Amino acid sequence: MRQVFVRQLLEAAKKDSNIILITGDLGYGVLDEFAKTLPLQFINAGVAEQTMASLAGGLASLKKKVFIYSIGNFSTLRCLEQIRNDICSMNHSVTVVSVGAGFSYGPQGYTHYAIEDISVMRSISKMNVYCPSDSNEVSVVLTKILNEEKPSYLRLGKGGEPLLHQSNLSSDFENGITLRSGPDATMIFTGAIGSQVLQAADILSSTGIKAEVISFPQISPISVRKIQHSTSVLFTIEEHVTRGGFGSAVLEGLSEVDSARRVKMLGVNYDGHSLGSHSYLQDISGLSATKIADYVNSKLASSI
Amino acid sequence: MSETWRKQTEKLANEIRVKSLRMTSKAKASHIGSCLSVADIFATIYSGTAKISPETVDAPARDRVLVSKGHVAAAYYAVLESTGFIDVSELDSYCQDGAMLGGHVSAKVNGVELSTGSLGHGLPYGVGLALGLGASFPGTRVFVVMSDGELDEGTTWESALIANHHKLDNLVVVVDRNNLQSLDTTENTLALEPLADKWRAFGWNVVECDGHDVEKLRDSMNRTGPLIVLATTVKGKGVSFMNNSVAWHYRSPSEEELTDALIELGIKS
Repeated sequence: MRQVFVRQLLEAAKKDSNIILITGDLGYGVLDEFAKTLPLQFINAGVAEQTMASLAGGLASLKKKVFIYSIGNFSTLRCLEQIRNDICSMNHSVTVVSVGAGFSYGPQGYTHYAIEDISVMRSISKMNVYCPSDSNEVSVVLTKILNEEKPSYLRLGKGGEPLLHQSNLSSDFENGITLRSGPDATMIFTGAIGSQVLQAADILSSTGIKAEVISFPQISPISVRKIQHSTSVLFTIEEHVTRGGFGSAVLEGLSEVDSARRVKMLGVNYDGHSLGSHSYLQDISGLSATKIADYVNSKLASSI
Repeated sequence: MSETWRKQTEKLANEIRVKSLRMTSKAKASHIGSCLSVADIFATIYSGTAKISPETVDAPARDRVLVSKGHVAAAYYAVLESTGFIDVSELDSYCQDGAMLGGHVSAKVNGVELSTGSLGHGLPYGVGLALGLGASFPGTRVFVVMSDGELDEGTTWESALIANHHKLDNLVVVVDRNNLQSLDTTENTLALEPLADKWRAFGWNVVECDGHDVEKLRDSMNRTGPLIVLATTVKGKGVSFMNNSVAWHYRSPSEEELTDALIELGIKS
């Protein structure tokens, strides 16, 4: 995901000298080619995330399209007020990029888990929030960000995420991208947890439950057009706390339309203080394929 | 010429003080002490030191002024009105329901580059502007007006590093060094001294000057950056009973106090 993002940004930046990439001293082995190819469009701000965010606002006021890059909480929570005041309130074309969505950083520990960022970023006025699930989604999201020139948050994984989509995606993804069809339940997700969701759908299918599966790379503004009408139970799944996250965004969207959908939200259900591999942390959070399938099964059973 | 400039600039500073007093009194707003200490700095910047005018408010090569100490909005709006950026009727509605002008600086106001009010934002934003402008418009400068209490913020020192690293010769910081912050003196709160030495050690060009002498302010601001002008000022300057008082960071002048203050500034009711 990171590699695709940087490669595509580099290609765009070669054609548009207004594109500037700033890192908070992270991205070893990932940003090198960009830095070497376009040194005048690359800045290492040092370990100074707050200044990096404000500085990006200042550059964007000169019609630059600025990307600031760091790990999960460092480019978001660490410099939240700078993002709110100096980027969003000024409606500047700055994209906050964070790598290491959810538990991607596994054994690195609590400081590196990005599990509250969606809630916080989407609460800021004018901020568009994107959480792609694979490289194909990264590509269409980045194209949209470059075209729109608005304050944006791009939440990326760490790398090596499986591809969920087969072919080139349509740029029309704000209503969600359907991966599976099925009448018994709808499972919607955001981000790389999608690979677990698809496996969960397989498990459910083997027990006779055919679930619809939809990916939502765009969280804010949220569109519920595709999911507001059917009547099966709707499950929202995210590698993030449910407080204010993707599921909350969906509920807010549904509250503005006439919808009879019953919604169950599945997300990180503990405080994030355990340590282990990415898959271990997903599992103890209730987000492994098996646990997602168990959850859906139990909720469907109790709703009958 | 210089004498004329000095008189005009001092007149502008006096106008800023008078207008700020009237605005804060009418609106029962706070921060008059800071407005009075920063008045000569604003007057100097807006008397030709920064290349900006209502006619060039959107010109790409204009100088940029960032008022990082956003709580001196009344003084800033006063200078913007005196120099033709905004209308006098807007000053009259300062802090009223539905008004454009509020207690902290807003970028919705003509001539304002950045909304401020939370300290420590102007300098890093200015570093970004100086970086970008340096490449496209080498003669264009970025002025950042800061408070001394604001120097407590971590972004100040992050920016001090970055501005020196990138040799931002177009960046001018002016500190309204009135020695008072929200609850006490700067030295009793979080000691800043030796302040000039700190900035020199960060690689900046440092000038200390009387922050109420407009000629010295102008000459100080016209040096090469990254430049910091430590402008020694008196909080409440111009109104004797407001001098060096933390209380006037919060209080607004009553009608009687307004009359007394204006008399000290040469305005008789």
